Amino acid sequence: MNLDFSAADLAFRAEVRAFIGDHYPPEIERKMKASQRLDREDYLTWQRILNDKGWLAPSWPAEYGGTGWTAVQKHIFEEELAFAEAPRVIPFGVTMVGPVVIAFGSDAQKSRYLPRILTSEDWWCQGYSEPGSGSDLASLRTKAVRDGDHYIVNGSKTWTTMAHWADMIFCLVRTDPKAKNQEGISFLLMDMKGPGITVQPIVTIEGGHEVNTVFFEDVRVPAENLVGEENKGWTYAKFLLGHERAGIAAVGQSKRQIEKVKDIARAEQSGGRPLIEDGRFRDKVSNVEIRLMALEYTELRSLAAESKGQAPGPEASLLKIKGTEVQQAITELAIEAVGYYANPYIPEAFQDGWNEAPVGPDYAAAAAPRYFNWRKSSIYGGSNEIQKNIIAKMVLGL
Amino acid sequence: MVDFSLSEEQQLLKDSVERFVRNDYGFDTRRALAEGDLGHGPDNWATFAELGWLAVPFAESSGGLGGGSVECMILMEAFGRGLVVEPYLHSVIVAGGLIEAAAEDSRRRDLLSGLIAGERILAFAHVEPQARFTLHDVATTAVADGDGWRLAGHKAVVFHGAAADRFVVSARTAGDSRDRSGISLFLVDRDTPGLAIRAYRTVDGLRAAEVTLDEVTLGSDALIGAPGVAIDAIEPVIDRATAAVSAEAVGIMDALYAQTLDYLKTRQQFGVPIGKFQALQHRAVDMFMACEETRSMVYMATLKLDAPAVERARAVSAAKVQVGQAGRLVGQEAVQLHGGMGVTDELIVGHYFKRLTMIDTLFGNADHHLRRFAENDSANG
Ligand SMILES: Cc1cc2nc3c(=O)[nH]c(=O)nc-3n(C[C@H](O)[C@H](O)[C@H](O)COP(=O)(O)OP(=O)(O)OC[C@H]3O[C@@H](n4cnc5c(N)ncnc54)[C@H](O)[C@@H]3O)c2cc1C
Repeated sequence: MNLDFSAADLAFRAEVRAFIGDHYPPEIERKMKASQRLDREDYLTWQRILNDKGWLAPSWPAEYGGTGWTAVQKHIFEEELAFAEAPRVIPFGVTMVGPVVIAFGSDAQKSRYLPRILTSEDWWCQGYSEPGSGSDLASLRTKAVRDGDHYIVNGSKTWTTMAHWADMIFCLVRTDPKAKNQEGISFLLMDMKGPGITVQPIVTIEGGHEVNTVFFEDVRVPAENLVGEENKGWTYAKFLLGHERAGIAAVGQSKRQIEKVKDIARAEQSGGRPLIEDGRFRDKVSNVEIRLMALEYTELRSLAAESKGQAPGPEASLLKIKGTEVQQAITELAIEAVGYYANPYIPEAFQDGWNEAPVGPDYAAAAAPRYFNWRKSSIYGGSNEIQKNIIAKMVLGL
Repeated sequence: MVDFSLSEEQQLLKDSVERFVRNDYGFDTRRALAEGDLGHGPDNWATFAELGWLAVPFAESSGGLGGGSVECMILMEAFGRGLVVEPYLHSVIVAGGLIEAAAEDSRRRDLLSGLIAGERILAFAHVEPQARFTLHDVATTAVADGDGWRLAGHKAVVFHGAAADRFVVSARTAGDSRDRSGISLFLVDRDTPGLAIRAYRTVDGLRAAEVTLDEVTLGSDALIGAPGVAIDAIEPVIDRATAAVSAEAVGIMDALYAQTLDYLKTRQQFGVPIGKFQALQHRAVDMFMACEETRSMVYMATLKLDAPAVERARAVSAAKVQVGQAGRLVGQEAVQLHGGMGVTDELIVGHYFKRLTMIDTLFGNADHHLRRFAENDSANG
């Protein structure tokens, strides 16, 4: 047993850090640090920078543009991006549909879509959930009916993250209404700009717009956009779940956010002293830090196993549950730390170009919206209850 | 014998305020009010005055209806259920309560009449950026100026500051910024030169403002009561307000619990209502128990508001700790058990959750009251 990173890993970390230091656009960094909303172009700019370096899709096989990094290197890379507060790489293309196309797509699909994911020409979104099918995804009802060399799609998808910015959507659709739930589902790639698709925004509790409902009315999709075989879509979707362990626990982001909470607690006053010296608050911060360490070393164990060639298994569920719990706990600390200044709500302050003086300290404005917004993390990506069901069944054998 | 039943009049009050919330304060109405220019409804305020609700917290000698804490609790619980945005808590219970507690006998009735009649909205400009939850941390200064006063300072997150016609402002006439003695209360009209209001919305749909006082010159009659002893009024009045906002929290928590239970019975996944899953049944039971215990604590604190100071402080702080902790559990679970719907702006669930979260920051959060509870333990000397 050994906790040290190798010299090669340390050199790799230095290389990543130096690259980010040299290439992270100050404009985007400023927005990220001020908790301002990024626009579509900001994400694209950053993804293009990573892609120019060949680092956008580390997990892909090298022949399609992957880096061939070890699991530990991928972990280091994710962590450095998080420490720098770089924007997240939008996962729907790189970590979701990309690997599915690589594993199950036709040659034509590979040569069309994979390069366009890397260059960010196509912004993808994920069309799984429906109003009536969330946790019970296999009950989905959006249907695709074969009509010559097209499918005709009717139905709706909901909670579709950033569909309003997307060029393409990958959907699970029902192609065989008579088959058992899981068996009549297909995996279809669709152009968002096609006729018959409308996107309706959903405003979330903190006032932002990330998610949407997408309606399909007689949308004609070329049959060549079917991935793999008809009615095998569920298998491909399952392949995707738990495919990627790196980053799921968000350890790097949480470390960064804990540091920010400590900065706030150093600046806030409580009884004439900095809040950080208040034993009760300090202990709470320490507790979350310890939970984060437990998560970090559990993730490292999982990565070490992956490095030895073990396929990712249901431990992704553990990392997801514990990772989101820690993220949420940190947002609780932040809202507590800012005291009364959690109350003001100035939506314009999250927009670029707002240059009035903040109300209260500048770190306060984002605390409450962030706390509210992050409640989503225990719901999306398979709710934490569903993740526990998976562990109970797959790990515990119950 | 211990008895938690309501008197006949209290029951009538309860019926009337619950009817108002049910019939006249639907979620869409509330949303329109919260998003409108003013941030609340003047017609509602007139109704509150007409029905005597604005007079409820005050003694008959002050022009009120008797000052019953149970009556305040009844109103606030219903206001919680309706997510009422009118400035009852801060204007009537806090600012009005301070005038009642601090003003000279000869002026009290006069100073309160406009508020009770619904003609005037008051706000309490007290908290300061450095103060956090310490009530006697006041750096705003008031110096004698001729036979009047001159005030300077910055008051943070003054609820309903933009709607207020008048402010009750705390300022230091003596001592250092964290001395208990030396704090005085002043009445300041909103259009007094030197007083600036920067208004904004709050995350839970209310309004607040930063209020700065830049050499604000006041006459001698601006001082309310004796100088230097305002903390003796502020503490019990904030305890009253803390009990009241805890009652509001009970109204919210019960509504969240009821909505969630309903959702568990109606939302179908895997071919059954999700309430069939035992994992979720236990979560709903935890919510239920949290609501019941919080209600018990709010009754207890409300009934001890007139007890000796130490007993009162412990009771109110205990209830606020319970509200903070149980409120977090109930709010988070309500959102979680609603799945994606729980994080939408469309459902009232998220709005209850936000208000409940912000209630923890009012008048001291759970940590603050945990400390105060311990500090007021006579066994600790
Ligand atoms: C911000 C956000 C972004 C999202 N982005 C996308 C996206 O881009 N694409 C996409 O397809 N989807 C997306 N989703 C949808 C997400 O995957 C679903 O919300 C999630 O699967 C839960 O489904 P539901 O909302 O219908 O809740 P429901 O399934 O109705 O669940 C309600 C509650 O019941 C619990 N529950 C359900 N079944 C069980 C059970 N068997 N045992 C115990 N508890 C159970 C759930 O955990 C939850 O607490 C997003 C969701 C959110 C909130």
